[in-house]
Amino acid sequence: MSTPKQIQLSHGGGGREMAELIGKLFFEAFDNQILRQEEDAACLNMTGPIAFTTDSFVVSPLFFKGGNIGKLAIAGTVNDLAMMGAAPQYLSCGFIIEEGFEIAKLKEIVETMAAELHKSGAKIVCGDTKVVPKGCADGVFINTSGVGRIIKPGISVHSVRPGDAIILSRDIGCHGAAILAAREGLELETELQSDCATLWPMVEQLIAANLELHAMRDATRGGIAAVLNEWAKAANVGIELSEEVIPVRDEVRGVCELYGFEPWDLANEGTFVIALPQEIAADAITVMHQFCNCDQARIVGTVTDTNAGKVILHSPWGSKRYLELPAGELLPRIC
Amino acid sequence: MPELQLKQLYDGFRDPRTVAELASQIKQLAAKLDEPVNVMEVCGGHTHTIMKYGLLQLLPDNIEFIHGPGCPVCIMPKERIDQAAALAQIPDVILVTLGDMIRVPGSEGSLAQFRAKGCDIRPIYMPLDALKIAQENPDKTVVYFAIGFETSTPMTAVLLEQAEKLGIPNLLFHINHVLVPPAIDAVMADPDTRVNAFIGPSHVSVITGSQIYQPTVDNYHTPVVVSGFEPVDVMQSILSIVKQKVEGRCALENQYERAVSYKGNEAAQQKVNHFFTVRPSFRWRGLGPIPNSALMLKPEYRHRDAELKYGERLPVKEIDDHKACQCGDILRGKAKPQDCKVFGRGCTPQTPLGSCMVSSEGACNAYYRYAGVK
Repeated sequence: MSTPKQIQLSHGGGGREMAELIGKLFFEAFDNQILRQEEDAACLNMTGPIAFTTDSFVVSPLFFKGGNIGKLAIAGTVNDLAMMGAAPQYLSCGFIIEEGFEIAKLKEIVETMAAELHKSGAKIVCGDTKVVPKGCADGVFINTSGVGRIIKPGISVHSVRPGDAIILSRDIGCHGAAILAAREGLELETELQSDCATLWPMVEQLIAANLELHAMRDATRGGIAAVLNEWAKAANVGIELSEEVIPVRDEVRGVCELYGFEPWDLANEGTFVIALPQEIAADAITVMHQFCNCDQARIVGTVTDTNAGKVILHSPWGSKRYLELPAGELLPRIC
Repeated sequence: MPELQLKQLYDGFRDPRTVAELASQIKQLAAKLDEPVNVMEVCGGHTHTIMKYGLLQLLPDNIEFIHGPGCPVCIMPKERIDQAAALAQIPDVILVTLGDMIRVPGSEGSLAQFRAKGCDIRPIYMPLDALKIAQENPDKTVVYFAIGFETSTPMTAVLLEQAEKLGIPNLLFHINHVLVPPAIDAVMADPDTRVNAFIGPSHVSVITGSQIYQPTVDNYHTPVVVSGFEPVDVMQSILSIVKQKVEGRCALENQYERAVSYKGNEAAQQKVNHFFTVRPSFRWRGLGPIPNSALMLKPEYRHRDAELKYGERLPVKEIDDHKACQCGDILRGKAKPQDCKVFGRGCTPQTPLGSCMVSSEGACNAYYRYAGVK
């Protein structure tokens, strides 16, 4: 009997086919002692404060320039831990796979996940696989949960305070624009790549430099507009940004121009924002430039005690406007 | 020759020094005005340029913007949305439409809400996407809920042409294309109107030419400047209007010479005229019925007309906005978004009562999102 090239419902049935899939694909890629125990739950040794997070990934298309859903699933969860000053340690991974999905593609996704795990040293220690009938999912959905040991306590949206500088790690909107460009119906020709990346190595350097970090967040769905609005509301402060200094790639601006979007609303998957005291902002930038592959890191704004709960964007010609929380689906303008 | 980048097309039109210089010139010249200039920007795209780039803050107090009816989503009466929802509920119908349209509330909910209930409703990026959907779903009927002003009508005409040429039988049209000049007439017919100048949408004129505004200049003795959508475009157009006012002139001017001619794109006009004819009357949200203000399919294309094919299933009851909603006055230029009692309270982009708030091109949406910074 030949080996099937597509996922069958039986791959989720708990029997021989499922055991083979898990053994040959997942265990080989994610191999570690805890996973190999094959117990009902992973037994972990952890001490001290722990950060715990979960995220589900349902991106379409599954493969895009700069990554795929697997890379997103690892980077996304690891980054959520990193943004709390926690060293990512253990991850769980749940797959929901549509019947008929190509096993070769699943292998590619899983191998990308394994490669991405190496960048933070985190391990997948437990998992779950479900197969749903054709039409009930869009290829593959992945859920990852993660725990990490908090190395730098006190990093919180509630710690943002007037006088802080807002630092952006790199140019914005690459992931959102790359996904949009690759979407069926658009298929724009562009060299644009998603910024999808594991941020822990950068955060580790910032922590090693012993900088006073008030808040950090990766600007995923909703872009920097969402992150900064959440901060402004949670900490009851105002945030003022200078449009001129926010780095935006020409290709991203091009996609925004074509479809009537704004780069501050587009998703990022490897770009983060930091709030820290103004006095040490230059030191943080120096660390980021030297050790973190963040050549474009820069101060883009300040935190104020006026306009509490609001983010204000200053234009290059001296006018200003609110930068609102993005709402609804990102739909292109009509004319 | 190096490849032209999109960035090069707009960079100069967002140059801070040019914007500041234009603002300074407008201020100097506006000091000479005898009466305030109340400029109607017909198109929601201009409203957003003005609000997004904070241009209002750069202008003197005797120049006021009045937001006109030129947003295809804002002017769509509820009964037309209800018709789209009714079409989407017919078994084996796929309803496709552009962008924001799926968020506009009808009397029973928005198309997005009907999609959540299981209707096959698909927002598309461009009309030709409807062709592909029809080809991929031969056992279903695809209805294109066509919306937009003169700008987007040629794309619907091309879609129709392709469907005919390729013999695709399962693509029908629900036509809601509307026209700018009759809407301007409806605004100016109001004896209380304060509008005494217009900036005209350049993308409409790319198709129609600037010529469509000549009657506005002649009939209402008001300046019209066809304007692009970048900050420098709008500021330059305002300067032209102020110059005309100071000199006591009224003329049709074309600021957007880089793409607009007097006669426009005649090939596109021919294509539109080939497939469409003027509808005797169309009811505009907020403005009521306006004669000859919209298009419909010509009789020879009635086999593509979803309104005819599914006529008996489509609700025709005219439904006005919520009583508290002042979208009508806003679309007529008689009220500002903040004048509306429900603005930002009962009516927000998440819970819109009127379409000026739901559409990303609507005046209320623009004011809600961008205005009010002290």
